Parts: sequence; structure tokens; C-alpha cells
Amino acid sequence: MVVLPEEPTPIAKVPSTENKTGGWRTFRPRIIYEKCIRCYICWKFCPEPAIEFDSPDAHPAPKPALAKFDTVKINYDYCKGCGICANECPVNAIEMVLEESIEEEEAD
Amino acid sequence: MLPGHTACLGCGATIAMRYVLKALGKNTILSIPACCWAVIPGVYPHRTLDVPLLYTAFEVTGAAISGIREALNALGKEDVNVVGFAGDGGTADIGLQALSGAVERGHNIFYIMYDNEAYMNTGIQRSGSTPMGAWTTTTPGGKKRMYKWEPKKSVAEIMVAHNIPYVATATIAYPEDLIAKIKKAKEIKGPKFIQILSPCPTGWRHSPDKTVEISRLAVQTNMFPLYEVVNGTYRITVKPKNPKPIKEYLRLQGRFRHLTDEEIEMIQREVDKRWKELLKKERCSNED
Ligand SMILES: Cc1ncc(C[n+]2csc(CCOP(=O)(O)OP(=O)(O)O)c2C)c(N)n1
Ligand code: SF4
Ligand code: SF4
Ligand code: SF4
Ligand SMILES: [Mg+2]
Repeated sequence: MVVLPEEPTPIAKVPSTENKTGGWRTFRPRIIYEKCIRCYICWKFCPEPAIEFDSPDAHPAPKPALAKFDTVKINYDYCKGCGICANECPVNAIEMVLEESIEEEEAD
Repeated sequence: MLPGHTACLGCGATIAMRYVLKALGKNTILSIPACCWAVIPGVYPHRTLDVPLLYTAFEVTGAAISGIREALNALGKEDVNVVGFAGDGGTADIGLQALSGAVERGHNIFYIMYDNEAYMNTGIQRSGSTPMGAWTTTTPGGKKRMYKWEPKKSVAEIMVAHNIPYVATATIAYPEDLIAKIKKAKEIKGPKFIQILSPCPTGWRHSPDKTVEISRLAVQTNMFPLYEVVNGTYRITVKPKNPKPIKEYLRLQGRFRHLTDEEIEMIQREVDKRWKELLKKERCSNED
């Protein structure tokens, strides 16, 4: 009788979410919620994916008609700062800010 | 797909995987050979995908998925999607014979070629799928202008020549088109081949925020037409009304920076010729 080991081949089981890739960032995307029309194009194209949904009232809406839709938010634990979201946003509601300048801002 | 993977920032191949899995769903088994996607999930024991994934040697994806398919069928699990997900080097070059055998035998499989147009994982060496005029580390140019001047090998057309039920091209800037094609392929029994143009900021020498824009321009300039071939009948799925000059696509990428106006003209002629051929194929294959 052939007895197979319980795991005949090594199986990778640890989720990659342990690996916080946010530290790779040079530029940080910042959503300007007053402009965001909640179209989710940024969510569609994020390669990580690091863009998540948030409740409709988590952020201000540019128009009352949009207030009922979910908002988006960026998970900075994983966002690598590629800038695709900012490049694809149809209303320029995402700005890319140098991380160091944010650190300085926060230090002030 | 989970975040925390190790792809370069702005990696197009990663976006391709997101859409492929979205269309296929969880009842899927992947096999991936040596390529960028073999390292993107991270170092063992990390995983970034929610589906089982079998790593294989560089040249055997076609054989691996044939085996997985037939083993699953023997177990009565005919409903599981079996998918090979390989780079252009692993598909157009070293894996071509295994792929040819697999599709010729008619297994019920998907083969996805994510095309970043060179051997990126090992440092940007040219592949048969590298386009005309491109710089790579093995076509470095210099005084003798030794760039890659051979035209891009068309693996999709090689697959059409195998008379398989479904062949398509897609790219990440058109997710709805890509997902629709995979969903359509899911309904077809037999070998399915889909080539996904996946811009690579590291190898194409472009800014990482331009990945999707470049993918879109590849279609809008007819550099990489989007079409499908169902049982030999061609259908172009995105037809640019006024194709943009190829220059708009080339100028965003450092790998084409060296091109002279005459060379760009030459590439434009090649692109125009291929587009006309494709239109002809669409017309002829739709005639009774
Ligand atoms: C038989 C064999 N030859 C060479 C290699 C080294 N190798 C690993 S990945 C790779 C390049 C893969 O290129 P491609 O298939 O285009 O995928 P990409 O890295 O571009 O995603 C090479 C040459 C190998 N693993 N096995
Ligand atoms: S910068 Fe890139 S990684 Fe970060 S949220 Fe935008 S698309 Fe995602
Ligand atoms: S792409 Fe721009 S407008 Fe659309 S959801 Fe994202 S930030 Fe908002
Ligand atoms: S080298 Fe290119 S294809 Fe490979 S992970 Fe980096 S961006 Fe993606
Ligand atoms: Mg490649």
C-alpha cells in the first residue's frame, strides 16, 4: 500500500495581507471627497487592490444626488502609490502627494 | 485576490489576474509556470489568491493543465475551471509545444497568456512576443541599432490555426470586454485561449501611473486589436473610429525612446497592414 504524506506538496497558506506594502510608497494618493462622483473607476483599476468601499455617509458628497452611493477609501497599509487611480479618475479627485511632505505637515 | 503581493507598483499583469478571477469565480484551479506571476504571490508560505494554484516548470503549463483536467474529470469534477496562466515567454517561446499539444488534444481548459512582451521576471530579455523596435536587455541597441526588429509573433493566430473553439485578445483598460470574453469562454467546452496585453512599467520603461492609459492606447492605435474568434469566425470587439497615430502609444514608453521618425513610420505601416488583414479575416469568416 502506498502511504501518501498528508501534504504531498508544500502548500502556501499564509495570506499575503501579512505583508504591508504601504511602505513602498513615494507618493500618497489622496481623495478629494468634495469632487468624488463615486464612479469607482479607481477601484476598478487598482492593481493591489488597495481601494475599498466605505459607507455612503463616511465622506461628504459633491451633490445630494450622490449621497446615497457608497464611497471609496484607500487602504494605506497596501497602496504602493503607483498613481493609476489618480491618472484614471475622470474628475481629478485624487491628488498624489509626496510622502515626505505629508510627514512634515504632520510634524508641524 | 489579496493585497500584500509583491508585484511592482502599477503592474498590469496583476490587474489582468484580478479580472480573470472575477470572471471565473472560486470554482477554479490555476497553474502558473516560472514568470512574474510565480513570484507575485510572495515567498512561501504566502499566498495571494483565493483559489488553488499549482506551480510548474517554465515550459509545461499546457501539459500541467491537461493533466489536472483529466484527473478532475476522472474524479467526476467536470465543473471545475482549469486554467493555465503564463507569461509571453512561457507561451510564445518555450511553452509553445506543450500548449499546442494541449489544445490539439481538445482538453476542456483555459489558457491565459498575460503578455508583457518580454521575459520580465529575469530582467527584460526579448521574447517572440516583443514588438518591433523595442529595446530590451538582449536587444540593447547602440551604434548598430540592434533593437528587436522582428515583428511580434501572433500567438492568438497560431491558436486559431489549431481550430479550437475559442480564441480572444483582451487588455486591462477594457475590463468589461475582458470579463465578457472569459464568461463566454466559460460556456464553451474545449480549449480556450485568451491573450491579455498587460503593460509592465518596469520593462516598458513607463511611469507606473500610465499602465491603464498605455493599455487603452494600444487598442486606440490598432497596435493591439481586441477580437475574438469563435469556431473560426472573427469578431473585432472594439473598433476605434479614428485610430490614433502609433506615435501616441510609443512616446509614453522608454523602450521606444530611441526610435527615429522613419522607424516609427515603418512600425505604423506594419500596424496598418496587420489591422487590414484582421478586417479582411473578419469579413471573410462571416461570409456564408
Ligand atoms: C527551463 C527554464 N529556463 C529558464 C528559466 C528562467 N526563467 C524564469 S522566469 C523567466 C522569464 C519568464 O518570462 P515570461 O514568460 O514572459 O513571464 P514574465 O516574467 O514576463 O511575467 C525565465 C527565463 C526557468 N525557470 N526555466
Ligand atoms: S496609487 Fe495605485 S496602489 Fe495606491 S490606491 Fe491608487 S491605484 Fe491603488
Ligand atoms: S475615480 Fe475619482 S470620482 Fe471615481 S470613485 Fe474614484 S476618486 Fe471618486
Ligand atoms: S516586472 Fe512588470 S510584469 Fe513583472 S511584476 Fe513588475 S511590472 Fe509586473
Ligand atoms: Mg513576459
